[in-house]
Amino acid sequence: MRITRALGAALLTLGLAAAPAAADSSPSPGASEEAPTSAGTSFRTAAEIEQGQTATASASTGDYLYWSFPADAGRRPTVKATVKLPEAHAGQTWQIDVYDGLRRRQACQYGAQTRTAAQDAASVELVCVLRTVRAWSETWANDPLPGTYYVRLTAVGVRTADLGQPVAAEVRVDSEDVGGAAAVDGRLAEPLVPGVSTTKDQEEDNASAVLSDIRPDDGWSSGWWSDRWAWTGIGAALAALAGIGGYTLTRGSGRPSRVPPGA
Amino acid sequence: MIRTQRLAAGVCALLATLTAGIAFPAGANADETTATAPKVDLVIDVSGSMRAKDIDGQSRMAAAKQAFNEVLDATPEEVQLGIRTLGADYPGDDRRTGCKDTAQLYPVGPLDRTEAKTAVATLTPTGWTPIGPALLKAAEDLDGGEGSKRIVLISDGEDTCAPLDPCEVAREIAAKGIGLTIDTLGLVPNAKMRAQLSCIAEATGGTYTSVEHTEELADKVNQLVDRAADPVVTPVAVEGASSCTKAPTLKAGLYTDREEFGQERWYRVDVEPGQELRASVSVASDRAMNPDYGVLLRALTTHGREIVRGEAAGNGRTDVISTGLRYPKQESDDEAPAETVCLLVTNSFSAASGVKTTPGMPVELIVDVVDGPSQADDVASFGLGRGWWLLGALVLFGFLAGLIWGWLSRWRVAVWRTN
Repeated sequence: MRITRALGAALLTLGLAAAPAAADSSPSPGASEEAPTSAGTSFRTAAEIEQGQTATASASTGDYLYWSFPADAGRRPTVKATVKLPEAHAGQTWQIDVYDGLRRRQACQYGAQTRTAAQDAASVELVCVLRTVRAWSETWANDPLPGTYYVRLTAVGVRTADLGQPVAAEVRVDSEDVGGAAAVDGRLAEPLVPGVSTTKDQEEDNASAVLSDIRPDDGWSSGWWSDRWAWTGIGAALAALAGIGGYTLTRGSGRPSRVPPGA
Repeated sequence: MIRTQRLAAGVCALLATLTAGIAFPAGANADETTATAPKVDLVIDVSGSMRAKDIDGQSRMAAAKQAFNEVLDATPEEVQLGIRTLGADYPGDDRRTGCKDTAQLYPVGPLDRTEAKTAVATLTPTGWTPIGPALLKAAEDLDGGEGSKRIVLISDGEDTCAPLDPCEVAREIAAKGIGLTIDTLGLVPNAKMRAQLSCIAEATGGTYTSVEHTEELADKVNQLVDRAADPVVTPVAVEGASSCTKAPTLKAGLYTDREEFGQERWYRVDVEPGQELRASVSVASDRAMNPDYGVLLRALTTHGREIVRGEAAGNGRTDVISTGLRYPKQESDDEAPAETVCLLVTNSFSAASGVKTTPGMPVELIVDVVDGPSQADDVASFGLGRGWWLLGALVLFGFLAGLIWGWLSRWRVAVWRTN
């Protein structure tokens, strides 16, 4: 019995240890490379950032600012943007839009995606929480898939008098690990990174520009690891223990009582 | 003696061949870098109004000169920089002459900083503000080469040479050249100037900035020059057809095209069985548009059956509207030929009244062909589960199985014992 208890405890510990290990793969803040200090002005020139980095850019009111970041399956990215507005301005409406690697607009589950800054307000903060990125989806669906994501930050409602005024923008992307709950039956052969097929052909030629040269710190997930392994494993172990318990309950110990000794 | 000479000649010839062999690839390389070098043309307004002393207490011209000196110092090596002036030479009142007054101060090419600085120092505020003609000439300055091209227009007043609308000029320039962007900077701007300069910028996907201080001017121009130096993929120009049968066949890559209001553009892509087609398209809003718009990208078979579509609609201020689609073609056992997929791009932009509808809006198309997705390569499809219900069910069934097994073995022992 002691052995069983020890075994159970050991299995539980293993499972508990495995779960945080899986959740801990989120990139640490202040990652290896320095965050970009300028933004792109189109999908093609979007500044590449990593999750957990705070990218900054100085720009003018009315500019369309683009950044791109990688998002992997099983994660739910949150995009946060802060715009420092000039001293004197009329009320203006700012907005962040997130697009996936196919340049399809991705919905924000919640968060203030569009916000109007009051007259002379010092800054405006925008947040967009995306849906969970799935490893695979139907062709006809608009579900977020692993790959490059684009953030576009711009003033959508601005008076002509305010156009061109200097602003400073800050963008940060973090993501929450949703884990095996988001697992689906399938996987893309390549992440949705624009130009991925042409990039592969010319891998040796590093000098040439590519559409998107983005990948997460620890590479794209292979789809093999998931906390479902831990759940199913622990479940199987517990089932075995319960089975042993049930067996001992009905089998009893040693010989049946009604059989006379020495029979 | 003759023999020695012959030997010497032979050695010479050999050397020459070797040198040529070594020199040739180097030359080709150099050519390549020049061909793809980013080009920037700074267009500076030297009209009479630049005399106004309202930037940090000094004249606009002095501020511009100071900023230019800083920019020339900071220009990256690979950028080919040129300077063009507008309104620098003709001080008179004749509008027709004044509106032709634009000159190349420093030609676009490898930068000699001292020379460029000397040229800038000679500038004195003089004449008119012919923005449209200056932009046309600047586009000519940048002609040739495959690198990105950028015009940076610095002005302190709106165009004085109507009816040539600089905004339309900018659109036409952008339609002619590939990858050309115009950024505008307004020195101490008024409302009309802001509208005009931001219109020029938006027509080419550029940016507009108001400048009130010398420091801002230098920083911004530096930023724009650096931006030009960033390597970007240059798209390939393609012209979509009006039907699928006439459409050009595209391989994976980045393409650019023009599409007018209500126009259909067809392209074809070949997809092998087991491959996945990915296409995204964006249509840029480069002029004053009505506030509601959309874009539709359809993938059809050659017989006209729709396979999948991507659609996007929006409203309000925007630079671009984009959508995309994926089409994984099923793997087949017998060697089926590649399927031709027709891609149809349409837009539902409409021009605000009084806005020219030609040239068409810039279209950017990305085509990728990759391996198809796999259906059984994911933990969920191995039958793995998660959650407390799964755990409970497993424990329950395990326990029941144990009970039955125990009871069975006890019964078997009992039967064995009695026999």
